[in-house]
Amino acid sequence: MTSSQETGQQRRLLPRSFRKNWDLYLLILPVVLYFLLIKYLPMYGIQIAFKDFSAAKGIWGSDWVGFKHFIRFFNNYQFWTLIKNTIGISLYQIAVAFPIPILFALLVNEVQSKWFKKSVQSITFMPHFLSTVVLVGMLMAFLSPSTGLFNNVIRLFGGDPIYFMTEPGMFKSIYVFSDIWQNMGFASVLYIAVLAGIDKSLYEAAMIDGATKLQRLIHIAIPCLIPTAIIMLIFQFGSMMDIGFEKIYLMQNDLNRSASTVISTYVYEIGLLGSQFSFSAAVGLFNSVINFVLIIIVNAAAKRISGTSLW
Amino acid sequence: MEHTKATSVGDRIYDAVIYTILSVVMLGTLYPLLYIVSASISDPLAIARGELWLWPKDITFGAYERVLQNPDILTGYRNSIIYLVVGTSINLVMTTMGAYALSRKDFRGRYVLTLLFTFTMLFNGGLIPTYLVYKNMLGLYNNLWVMVIPAAVSIWNLIIMRTYFQTSIPYELQEAAFMDGCSNVRTLVTIILPLSKPILAVMAMYYGVAHWNSYFTALIYLNDSWRQPLQMVIRSLLIQEDMGAMAGGSGESIVEQLLLVESMRYAIIVVSSLPMLLVYPLVQKHFVKGVMIGAVKG
Repeated sequence: MTSSQETGQQRRLLPRSFRKNWDLYLLILPVVLYFLLIKYLPMYGIQIAFKDFSAAKGIWGSDWVGFKHFIRFFNNYQFWTLIKNTIGISLYQIAVAFPIPILFALLVNEVQSKWFKKSVQSITFMPHFLSTVVLVGMLMAFLSPSTGLFNNVIRLFGGDPIYFMTEPGMFKSIYVFSDIWQNMGFASVLYIAVLAGIDKSLYEAAMIDGATKLQRLIHIAIPCLIPTAIIMLIFQFGSMMDIGFEKIYLMQNDLNRSASTVISTYVYEIGLLGSQFSFSAAVGLFNSVINFVLIIIVNAAAKRISGTSLW
Repeated sequence: MEHTKATSVGDRIYDAVIYTILSVVMLGTLYPLLYIVSASISDPLAIARGELWLWPKDITFGAYERVLQNPDILTGYRNSIIYLVVGTSINLVMTTMGAYALSRKDFRGRYVLTLLFTFTMLFNGGLIPTYLVYKNMLGLYNNLWVMVIPAAVSIWNLIIMRTYFQTSIPYELQEAAFMDGCSNVRTLVTIILPLSKPILAVMAMYYGVAHWNSYFTALIYLNDSWRQPLQMVIRSLLIQEDMGAMAGGSGESIVEQLLLVESMRYAIIVVSSLPMLLVYPLVQKHFVKGVMIGAVKG
C-alpha cells in the first residue's frame, strides 16, 4: 500500500474537522481526563450510600441495603438541628451579606475622585486574601474574653466580658459579619464593573431633565444592577444547603456545637472521623440532591419572574 | 458624569454622605489589620492589659524571633511554597490548553465538553465517595500529588480564560497565522500567549491564593506532619492553641510564656498572610478586568 492510499483511507475514516484540529483535541485531552477522573469518577462512589460499605469488599462488592441509611438519617434526633442550622446560616447570610456589596458598589460608583475610588477598592479587597485559618484566628484573638479588643472596649464601658466564640446564640452573627468584612469588597467588583458599563448618555439625558444625583441612582443605576443581582441571588439560593465547611469547622467548639453543626461538618465527623462511610455518604447525597433541585427551581423561578437565568 | 459639578445643595449633601460612609467602611476594614501588625510588635504585657488601641506600645520583635525560629512554621512555609509553585504551574498550563480549545468556534465538541465540565459545578460526588475513590482507586491518600491534582483546573477560571481568548484577541490575528501555515499549538504559543499576559497574571493570582490559603485537602488527605502546608501548621497554633510548647524557652516564668503566646498569635498572622498581601498590588490593575470578563459570560 502506498502512502497516498493510506492518507486517502484516513480521510474517509476521520471527519474533516478532526483532521484540521486534531491538535486541539490533544490540548484539551488532559483537561477532559482531569474532569473524568477527579470529578466524575467519585460519582461512582455514590453507590455506597445505598450499600453497607466494607473496606474488604470495596465500593463495588459491598452489599446493597436500599434506603436504610437515608431512613436512619431522617429519624436521627439531630436531623432537624442540622437542617435548621444549615438553612439558618444561609438565610442569614443571604439576608444580610448579600445586599451589602450591591449597596457598596452603588456608593463607590458615585465617587468622582479617582484616587479615593481606588483607595476604597484596594483597601476593601485586602481581607479577601486572608486565609480562613487566619480569619478565624483573628476572630479568636479579637473576641477573646481575656485579652480581645472587643472585650477591652466592653470593659472600658464597665461591662462584663462576653464569651463570643463559645456562645451558641452569637455563632451565626459572627460567621456572617466576619464574612462581610472579608468579602464585601471582592463581591462588589462585579457590580462596580456593571455600573461602569452603563451608557453615559442615560445619565446625560437624566441631567438635562433636571434629575438629582439621588434620582439618577434610583432610576438608572439600580435598575441596571438588577439582572446581575438576580443571577448572584440564584447562585446563593442554589448553594443554600452547601454552606462552606472550612470556616464553620474552624469556628466550631464544644460549647457552640448546638448552633454550629451543619450538614457538611456532620458528614466530616461521622464519615471521616467516625468511619461510618455509607451513612455519611447518604447524608451527603441527600444534601447534594437538594442543592441540585434547589438551583433548578430557583433558576426557573428567576426566568419566569424577570427573564434572567443561568441557562 | 465627570464633567458635572455638584451644583444643587441636595447633590452636595448627597456627596458628603457618600464620602463619609465610604471613609467609615475603609477605616473599619483597615483597623483590624493595623491592630494586628501593631500587636505583633508590641510588648505582650500591654496587649494583656488592654492598653493597645492602634499604635504599637513598647516595640519588641520577640514574637517574630520565636515564630521564625519555629521548625514547624518553617517546614510549613517551605511546603506551601512548593505546593503553590507546582500547583499554579499545572493550573496555568491546563487552563490555557483547555480554554484555548474551547475558545475556537471551529472546534467540534466544544458544547458537549463545556456541558460536561460545567455540570460538575451543580453536582459532585460529595465528600465521602470522593474520599474513598481518591484513596482506594487513585491512590491519592497521603500522596503529595493530592495537594495539586484535585485542584488542577477550576471550571470557573477555565470559562474566564476562554472568554478572554474569544473577546480580547482578534480572531483575524489567528487566521493570519493559519494562512502562514501555523499549527493550532504554534498559534497558541506564538500569537495568543504573548497577548494574554494580563489574564495569565490574574489566573496565577487566583490559583496561587487558593493554594496558599487552603487547608481542607491537607486536613483530609495528608497524614505526615512534615508534609503539612503552612495553613495546617498555623491552624494548630492559632485555633487549637498549641502554642505553649512553642513559647517555652529557658528562664521564663509561666506568666511570661502565656504573654508571649498572645503576641506570637499576631506575629503568626502577619507572617503567614504577608506573601499574598504583597503579591496582590502587582496584579491589581489586571484584576478588575479578570473579574469583569468572568462576569460577562458566566
